Amino acid sequence: MSTPVKAPKPGPQAAKAQPARPKAPKPAPPIGASAAPVLTGAQAVVRALEELEVEAVFGIPGGAILPAYDPLLDSEKVRHVLVRHEQGAGHAAQGYALATGKVGVCMATSGPGATNLVTPLADAHMDSIPIVAITGQVASSAIGTDAFQEADICGITMPITKHSYLVTDAEDIPRVLAEAFHVAATGRPGPVLVDIPKDILQSEAPFVWPPKMDLPGYRPTTQPHGKQIREAAALIAEAKKPVLYVGGGVVKSGAHAELLALAELTGAPVVTTLMARGAFPDSHPQHLGMPGMHGTVPAVHALQKADLLVALGARFDDRVTGKLATFAPEAKIVHVDIDPAEIGKNREADVPIVGDCKAAIAAMIEAYEDGGKERLKTWWETLDDLRGRYPLGYTDIDDGLLTPQWVIQRLGELAPADTIWTAGVGQHQMWASQFIKYETPGTFLNSGGLGTMGFAVPAAMGAKLGEMDRTVWAVDGDGCFQMTNQELATCAVEGIPIKVAVINNGNLGMVRQWQTLFYEQRYSNTNLSTHHSEASPRVPDFVKLAEALGCVGLRAETAEEVDEVIKQANAINDRPVVVDFTVGPDAMVWPMVPAGVSNDEILYARDVRPNFDDEGQI
Amino acid sequence: MSTHTLSVLVENKPGVLARVAALFSRRGFNIDSLAVGETEHPGVSRITIVVDVEAGSLEQVTKQLNKLIHVLKIVELEAGSSVQRELLLVKVRADAATRGQVIAAAELFKARSVDVTPDTVTFEVTGNSDKIEAFLEVLEPFGIKELVQSGTVALGRGAKSMASLSRYVSPNS
Repeated sequence: MSTPVKAPKPGPQAAKAQPARPKAPKPAPPIGASAAPVLTGAQAVVRALEELEVEAVFGIPGGAILPAYDPLLDSEKVRHVLVRHEQGAGHAAQGYALATGKVGVCMATSGPGATNLVTPLADAHMDSIPIVAITGQVASSAIGTDAFQEADICGITMPITKHSYLVTDAEDIPRVLAEAFHVAATGRPGPVLVDIPKDILQSEAPFVWPPKMDLPGYRPTTQPHGKQIREAAALIAEAKKPVLYVGGGVVKSGAHAELLALAELTGAPVVTTLMARGAFPDSHPQHLGMPGMHGTVPAVHALQKADLLVALGARFDDRVTGKLATFAPEAKIVHVDIDPAEIGKNREADVPIVGDCKAAIAAMIEAYEDGGKERLKTWWETLDDLRGRYPLGYTDIDDGLLTPQWVIQRLGELAPADTIWTAGVGQHQMWASQFIKYETPGTFLNSGGLGTMGFAVPAAMGAKLGEMDRTVWAVDGDGCFQMTNQELATCAVEGIPIKVAVINNGNLGMVRQWQTLFYEQRYSNTNLSTHHSEASPRVPDFVKLAEALGCVGLRAETAEEVDEVIKQANAINDRPVVVDFTVGPDAMVWPMVPAGVSNDEILYARDVRPNFDDEGQI
Repeated sequence: MSTHTLSVLVENKPGVLARVAALFSRRGFNIDSLAVGETEHPGVSRITIVVDVEAGSLEQVTKQLNKLIHVLKIVELEAGSSVQRELLLVKVRADAATRGQVIAAAELFKARSVDVTPDTVTFEVTGNSDKIEAFLEVLEPFGIKELVQSGTVALGRGAKSMASLSRYVSPNS
């Protein structure tokens, strides 16, 4: 607890602008080839990062990347954050990118350093997060010889990166890095890997900036097709049961203002997926909440019964659609996505629109001619009735332990309005999505597609570094927390005061929930022993662990303590805080659509099937 | 399921063939044949891929291929509006008694003999896959000792080229 804490460097930028589509590198005054300074490859890497206005690099040095770390020591513009595990560097770069809308950067050495980046690269690929990973590689002459710390990281990451480079000439470094940032940030954003052999880092070449990018095969379509926009607008105008199905693409393109305008113009109900929480204000009367496996009854039912789905930057993921064959059987589909491959991949689109969500929604607003809100009256009556009867909620379980949903709800209610939230994966993630209210985009960062346990702490570190004057809370589970909590040492030493709420139910909660529901309560390997019992003490004791890692450690075990401890945590801004909330293991995430079945089979609570009036069920 | 021939123009960069091939296997598509070689433009290669998929899957794989940064252009070449050729080298059993018959059969297919031994003849023949298959059927009774086939290469018929390539070729290559 008394670990000296380095004062944070001046906040990299105070701008509170919502994440917008990251911009391509700005052209700087050209450094002519004749006047170009001769730099080593390593110096070129650092210089290029400076020219690209990179503020922070998360990484760990090692043999092959060592040359690049030498000039990094002298850089006044690029701050390097020494993480404790490369996976933490990758997730931190993701958190930084999600919070700021800029490209996140991580760096690692060859072999194991690079392979430790595989999980965050896969995560960024699934959730379309712009990051650039720079890895050292063994010397060119040693490639292919099974040299010490050699791994074919380009080959390993081929299916989980948007693009990758193996640099073969120091002269190429400025161009490759400029291209990497451009590819990562534009079109459908994603991770790009740049692998640089050690001898290339050590050799010399002229440094020409800005370099000429050479990407003849890369031409993302951003402007939507006018005819399709008009068709979409006409369909919305005549639909009697429309739903705006909003995905992460709306957040990525910074289209939240346009979305609000479209929703209010058309009067259509809105659902926001896990990746889009915050893209539309939770407080807005047209918002039905999150759809999908743990979505709200009105959101799930609205998608099922709609006559028109307007999918905006969403990809008909199985966690949203349930059994695809029975998903929204009567709905026509307008599908807007910047990635043409998403359109028609899972569900055929009646009106396919390839383009940036911001441009597409703005164009739809332009083309829309109101068909009169009267036609939506019955639709809203049905949905409002469901909202009234099946609100999100939970019941307390009388086990003498805290109710996890309530703890998370209180965290949300007591935090400053512009707080950034991150989550791991599992029950706590779903509850954080359900019981914290999000009003602005980029405020809930989590691992949706890959479902990476351990995302919360390092992502919070990256988000906090990018947005130093905002509060960043990581809502984590006791399982997730034990996967990546080493980065709290990084946070403590580097002056990145994040807050972590460990929703400690002593178990791998979501797996346990499935064992309760589908495996006859046979709890195979889900007890993590992080609760105190007569048989054993807490292993580990998260308060002591927090203190050992240079953080403040707090604990709440009774309802009376919860608010007090949250307020205490909110007041600490000079070092990271970890709060261990001892919650009951039997709470479950509801509503739920069991895996592989139709969304029509949604359960409001255990054995409670909603009564949908239109089906005449009891 | 039906057979489709895709012609894919790619930048001739290290690893591009691996990216294309890996994409097919990752998305669960089977490649029937694949041929790759340089084009009239330095720096641009052409990959001809024959794939057996449903129409919907073909659209998906084409879109996924298009996302690869090194892929410049993709067209599907229909059998009717393109010339499709494979190359076959085949070593057939042929002694003094049967050699005459073997060579006569080969002539019907415009195959050239490229190597002769007292017991065998090796032929070279080009054609579409139907012709190659028919030729092999005719040779079968004599005894095929060994054969090797190239992947299909194909060009669209008519005066037009697949693309005004210059649009896609970078100035510095």
